[in-house]
Amino acid sequence: MSTPSATTPSRWRALTQHHLFWPVAVLIALLLVNVPFTPDFFAIRMTDGHLYGSLVSIVLFGSPLILVAVGMTLVIATGGIDLSVGAVVAITGALTCSYISDQADQSALAGVFLAVGIGLVAAVVCGLWNGFLVARMGIQPIIATLIIMVAGRGVAQLITDGQIITINSEPYKLIGGGYWLTLPFSIFIVAAVVAVTVALTRRTALGLLVESVGGNAEASRLVGIRSMRIKIMVYMFCALCAGIAGLMISSNTSAADGNNAGLWIELDAILAVVIGGTSLLGGRFSIGGTVIGALVIQTLTTTIYTIGVPTQTNLVFKAVVVIVVCLLQSPKFRAKVFGAKGRARTTAPAEPATPADAAPKMEVSR
Amino acid sequence: MSATTKTRTAAEGRTASKPAQASAATRLLGDRRLPVLVTVGLFLAMYIAGISRYQNYGFGEPQVFLNLFIDNGYLLVAAVGATLVIMSGGIDLSVGSVIGFTTMFTAWLVEEQGLPLLLVIPLALGVGAFGGFLMGYVIHNFEIQPFIVTLAGLFLFRGLCLVISKESISISNSTVSSMAQTRVSLGLGELSIGALVALVVVAAAFYILHYTRFGRRVYAIGGNEQSALLMGLPLGGTKIAVYTVSGFCSALAGLLFILFIQSGDPLHGIGMELDAIAAVVIGGTLLTGGSGYVLGTLFGVLVLGLIKTIISFEGTLSSWWTKIATGVLLGAFILIQRAMTARKQT
Repeated sequence: MSTPSATTPSRWRALTQHHLFWPVAVLIALLLVNVPFTPDFFAIRMTDGHLYGSLVSIVLFGSPLILVAVGMTLVIATGGIDLSVGAVVAITGALTCSYISDQADQSALAGVFLAVGIGLVAAVVCGLWNGFLVARMGIQPIIATLIIMVAGRGVAQLITDGQIITINSEPYKLIGGGYWLTLPFSIFIVAAVVAVTVALTRRTALGLLVESVGGNAEASRLVGIRSMRIKIMVYMFCALCAGIAGLMISSNTSAADGNNAGLWIELDAILAVVIGGTSLLGGRFSIGGTVIGALVIQTLTTTIYTIGVPTQTNLVFKAVVVIVVCLLQSPKFRAKVFGAKGRARTTAPAEPATPADAAPKMEVSR
Repeated sequence: MSATTKTRTAAEGRTASKPAQASAATRLLGDRRLPVLVTVGLFLAMYIAGISRYQNYGFGEPQVFLNLFIDNGYLLVAAVGATLVIMSGGIDLSVGSVIGFTTMFTAWLVEEQGLPLLLVIPLALGVGAFGGFLMGYVIHNFEIQPFIVTLAGLFLFRGLCLVISKESISISNSTVSSMAQTRVSLGLGELSIGALVALVVVAAAFYILHYTRFGRRVYAIGGNEQSALLMGLPLGGTKIAVYTVSGFCSALAGLLFILFIQSGDPLHGIGMELDAIAAVVIGGTLLTGGSGYVLGTLFGVLVLGLIKTIISFEGTLSSWWTKIATGVLLGAFILIQRAMTARKQT
């Protein structure tokens, strides 16, 4: 047995088998990598009443990604995927900023609230369209959401007239770049969204319903779950999260860029979900894992900057991470590589209960 | 099908023309060629509309039509590769990145390493094909979704572009520029080398898909993987070959793109996989696999090209209308496909 401590093997095994163990381990390892290069990496200092430090900025810059990834988690849990989130980010930012820039007083609270409302409604409408195509028309999710992915950026550019709209609005700036109680305000938004999502999915039956739809949509329909409604709702929620992320991104830069806002964020979000241990096949999900997955990606980006690796290798790094994580999730790969060496290793992947999971369980009882 | 036969017998009994028409309509709706015909019709309608609207600006010139091939030759090659993959039931998201990587790789080897072009071309094609092979290998052997594997490919090749250089490399090689300027006269107008290569690729793909064993296997696997396996078709080999061909096509598209634009840039070809997939879908290939035609893809690319041409002729419309029009067409064709497959199931 490869367990290091003979006295507490069961506790150790329980720890390593926890579905968040590997994502957290990767996150901690990545954070520790930074220490030799920037000794005060974990230091957080107070300047002008705001907290500054690498950890704070990781959360700050990672918050749009966390939001999008949380929405994506639920979509993936139903066995779908949403490629349109990047375009939704761009549309929301463009609509909100163009509305604010038309105002006489850009800092007027009422105007900002209305603008934010318009942007979020547009996002939800995009989600409704995706959900309609996937659930009612029965079109493959990749393809159904591809429509908005292609057309959405065009719409965003249409709204901004191909320009980058810059605005000067204090209340709007708060969403993505402001501070509240010494912390970046966006952290509170993310915390609120994550808390509401966790509460809705784990304290009510909603999460179970989502998982059952992802496990087998037809069977869940036969037991009386309105799988169509659940699916539409999930796509709308995902688009809403993307919309909030779009507000954050445009508010952080005080500008709406129809072409580049949220570019590639759908891929990063899917990556975050996969790292967090949610199976792409649907049927189960972990919001906590996704949040950690998104933090891992943001930390990876920050680490690449701080340790002086040329930033252009960022994408190669990401590619390697995707491949490794997916290979570890693949039951066939695990069987081929780890099967011969010793079964304890097969518990390595973050994804706990794929069909091949029978092997580790048998091993526990032995 | 049973409905069709019923109406037909009824038609024989009454010798009325109405039921006969109805049965013709149902037969047409069940026809697999319908989406292709719709695309061809759409293309003709757009073309005729363009001629009547921009008559005085020379839209009717044959060269305007041939320019569609010259300007979209690379997209056509990439879309042919994507057609094969989609027909086999998979998807390839790495197309645009492989195109970008090929432009970068070729420009770097030719300009900065001074290798002869004749050596670089097979090398670039080989790298693209090998990338496709690796993705196919992982997809088949480890049973990971094609979507996620080719997504990793997308990151990898785009990243490798940036590793080669962050800056764009312009190509001043005399062979490349003379090849890029060569025009082959066709009587009515002229075509570039890139357009000719693209047409050859379409012809080759047409032959392979309809007249070889490999082509039938691609259709069979896309139609139903399980049955194809039970029939004893070599599932793994075919799947891996399909992704290899797609990688090869993407690399070739990258080379044609170099002829078109004469530089290597890490940003070349971003989002081109979406154009390729959109062309395939508009060309009537079923996204679930198993049904489609390369010629449909040809018309899909032509429709996309025509949108760009019309927008440039219009003058006042901005470039983002291309994206919106593509998205709307994509949505319309997906809904048509859906209506067709729903009919088949019942």
